[in-house]
Amino acid sequence: MRPENYQARAHPPSHEYELNFGPNHPGIEGNYALRVRLHGDRVVAARAEGGYLHRGFEKLMEGRLWIQNIALVPRICVPDPSPMEVCYALSVEALCGIEVPPRAQWIRVMQLEMSRIAAHLFTFGGHAATTGLYTNMFWGVADRDRVLDRFEELTGGRVYSIFNLPGGVRRDLPDGFLERLSGLLDYLESRLEDYDELFFRNRVFVRRARGVGVMSQQQALEWGVTGPNLRATGLAFDVRRDDPYLVYDQLDFDIVTEEAGDALARNLVRRGELRQSIRILRQVIERLPAIDGPVRAPIPNPLAWRVPAGETYTRIESSKGELAYYVVSTGGEKPYRVHVRGPSSMHAVQVLERLVVGSRLEDIAQIMFSLDACPPEVDR
Amino acid sequence: MAKIRHDDRGSLLAPLKALGFFTRAPVTETLAPRPASLNYRGFHVNDWSQCIGCGTCQRICDNAAITMVTIPSLPQDPARGIRNQRPAIDYGRCCWCGLCVDICPSGSIALTREYIHICRESELDSYFVLPDPNGIHGQPFPAGWAKSEVSELIDPARQPMKELPAPTRIQGFDEIVQGYEPQQAIDEAARCVQCGLCHEACPTHMHAPEYIRAIWRGDAEEAVRQIYRTNPFAHVCGRVCTHRCEQACSIGNRGEPLAIRWLKRHAMDSVPDERVRELVTQDSVAAPSGRRVAIVGSGPAGLTAAFDLARHGHAVTVYEALARPGGMPRYGIPAYRLPDDRLDADIAVIEAQGVEIRCNTPIGAELTMETLRQQYDAVVLAIGLQLGRSTRIPGSGHRDVHTAVELLRRIREGEALAPPKRVVIIGGGNVAMDIARSLARLQMRRHGAIDITVCALEDFDHFPADPTELKEAREEGVRVLASRGPKEIVIDADGGLGGLKTLGVTSVFDEQGRFAPRYNHEDEQLHEAAWVVEAIGQISDISILGDSLSERLEWDRGRLRVDENGRTAEPWLWSAGDMVRGPDVVHAVADGHRVAASIHQALQQHTEAGS
Repeated sequence: MRPENYQARAHPPSHEYELNFGPNHPGIEGNYALRVRLHGDRVVAARAEGGYLHRGFEKLMEGRLWIQNIALVPRICVPDPSPMEVCYALSVEALCGIEVPPRAQWIRVMQLEMSRIAAHLFTFGGHAATTGLYTNMFWGVADRDRVLDRFEELTGGRVYSIFNLPGGVRRDLPDGFLERLSGLLDYLESRLEDYDELFFRNRVFVRRARGVGVMSQQQALEWGVTGPNLRATGLAFDVRRDDPYLVYDQLDFDIVTEEAGDALARNLVRRGELRQSIRILRQVIERLPAIDGPVRAPIPNPLAWRVPAGETYTRIESSKGELAYYVVSTGGEKPYRVHVRGPSSMHAVQVLERLVVGSRLEDIAQIMFSLDACPPEVDR
Repeated sequence: MAKIRHDDRGSLLAPLKALGFFTRAPVTETLAPRPASLNYRGFHVNDWSQCIGCGTCQRICDNAAITMVTIPSLPQDPARGIRNQRPAIDYGRCCWCGLCVDICPSGSIALTREYIHICRESELDSYFVLPDPNGIHGQPFPAGWAKSEVSELIDPARQPMKELPAPTRIQGFDEIVQGYEPQQAIDEAARCVQCGLCHEACPTHMHAPEYIRAIWRGDAEEAVRQIYRTNPFAHVCGRVCTHRCEQACSIGNRGEPLAIRWLKRHAMDSVPDERVRELVTQDSVAAPSGRRVAIVGSGPAGLTAAFDLARHGHAVTVYEALARPGGMPRYGIPAYRLPDDRLDADIAVIEAQGVEIRCNTPIGAELTMETLRQQYDAVVLAIGLQLGRSTRIPGSGHRDVHTAVELLRRIREGEALAPPKRVVIIGGGNVAMDIARSLARLQMRRHGAIDITVCALEDFDHFPADPTELKEAREEGVRVLASRGPKEIVIDADGGLGGLKTLGVTSVFDEQGRFAPRYNHEDEQLHEAAWVVEAIGQISDISILGDSLSERLEWDRGRLRVDENGRTAEPWLWSAGDMVRGPDVVHAVADGHRVAASIHQALQQHTEAGS
């Protein structure tokens, strides 16, 4: 006899099974996991499981002096650290009312676009690897290294440049830097055709990526999608143009869009943005020498610096989408609250969970890469 | 931008294009090792001869990667602001941000162009290293990210102090320094890196980092509390202290040191006098001990001792020969540097602790030291240096040859002193500047013009007076001559004073460093004047002690000998201040504390032994 309150446990259908995808999986960027429910090799449901890279950045920032956070923020998104620094600096500047000298603004734009190129090269490479095209991954990493060489020269650090202080940048350009940057751009441009041949026109890639992980523009907007992922659904929205910061309103560049909203379209948007970033950098190289003046506005002794009470939401366009800092100051020596609105947390959680449904097991990795979600930034 | 055509299958031979890569260098070729970039932020290097051990790197480090380690073999010099500590870096925590480099006040630390640190198995703790001038591997690497003006995080410029211009201030004895505006004080206090070198350099170890921080927070009352932890002459030291703290200030290594003295002045001036008394008296809770202490002399040393002893519950009586308490700050420092009412405010706080001050009560014929010995449990002798030394050159006994301290006292007592049109002053210290500038004001009032010549033995590179004093004296029209030694005072046929003859000085000290000036006898000058003022040093008037006591005490070349706590050879008698330490207000305060602590200890032991 069963008790009256007995309820049979609802078991999933016997033809479905659960699979832990990650956290250590070559098809996942960093330590991140999906628990997927599969029917055969078809995904029925998915649940994002993050937290493996949680370091508590937002809380850590409340315990540090305003300037000390500059060393912390680039670690939030390893492949694209410059926007983290610049956006944090812009937030503190907004709270303090610091006017950043024009030369520093141009140098910041230069870093942001260099970082975008490096990040996109990394992402192509990663995506290619998920479809078995390893040469492209080696190329992407090798060419990104050449961008990092220039970062090393400019900032003293290859990955974590820690170069932007509230008020400006820490150093002026080394002698002859713009010529070497120009040489780098020449090299990258010479490589674009190779990338097209090897990757963007590669039938393996095209047939694997087309029609995979499709989202409509409406879905994208509902899910909080930004950046190249949003532009791949046909909406030409870019913070650089629609809410200009630094000197982007003085620069000439196109917003790259695609219509299909699938993994292929997202990669093609990045392919176009790489070219646009080169175009922007060419303009920087041309105009920066004529912009004189300091590269830093004076800031108080960082050991005795109170930022006026207030709050700010400052956003910029990172390689992955809209990145914003919501910073609250109560007039203290440390931030009262810092919230990072990172693009990846949307892309890797609610978007990824939905996009993989209906796709095949082998496409999960490339859907994740096509969204260019960065797990360290999701977890923070 | 051309859209890409995916559907273009291209030629069947398209894959053969890949053959072209055989003729090109591989994209992922192994690069030959190259040196790091010029700005590279690699492992640290620290120039130990430049490093002052201030620990600012430790405070800015966002990962707590830096620990200051004491190196006993290195020099330690608090007066110059040098600590024998050097930063050691935990490379398990360091993130190579380089903020330590950008904030380093001495500019000693830099990051190198060193990419790799290999930890050998035998030295698994080698993540924690002490970088020295050779970096961390004993093999020098070129500096990468180093101090630069652009990335400098320290503000080298001090807030300007508002002062009366020379033409205005020469008209009277109004205070020259006008004090900081509230925002200026906050901005100046914000420059502090809280290294604490000032605290170590200060003779009385004032809690300067704490009160500077309090000023920065806008909490003047807390600043006053911090100041009174170690110094009851707060207003006085905020104005005329010799500010050893500023000589030790780490910011002074590459910029202007913090205006610590002016910040103290600002804190004291921004709290009303009554409130200061309340704040200081609040935590004074000692019950009366029943012990009585007499203090002879109401200068900084005597009154500091009185302040401490009264707060310990002892009944303190201060005997002052002159009409008002204060000692040298009252009778030796001109009012344009220290107005009377500020000194009065300090003394009022001391009196509020229960100290009784008896003015016009000289020790000597009527009230002897012996009487004090009988009536009190302990006696402090803090009479200072009130007599001017004489050069004893020919003519120095003339009636128009004066000593600086005597003239300064007469001016401060309100006597209508009438200096002649021309005055020569012998000496180059701060007292010489004080009397020169005071007489200049009186000359201006009386004659409408200034003619004062100061003749100092030393050259301008080794000038004894404070540079500010020298600068301001010159601005006010005082003529300052360096390297002039007095030869004789010229007396006219009618007995009047004609002037001073001086000789050029070739050296002041001999090979052993002893004071033995040498003159160039061919370089003789006559400075015409109707008065000559000697400002070459002061001595104590020890006649008040009486012969018998003087004989029982020990003396060291005319100076009373005391132990490190200020105790003399007589067990009931302590001595403090200028008469045993030489002239300096903040040393006198420190000495007052020392003596008070020693007396309190002695009285307590006495009480315990007796009960």
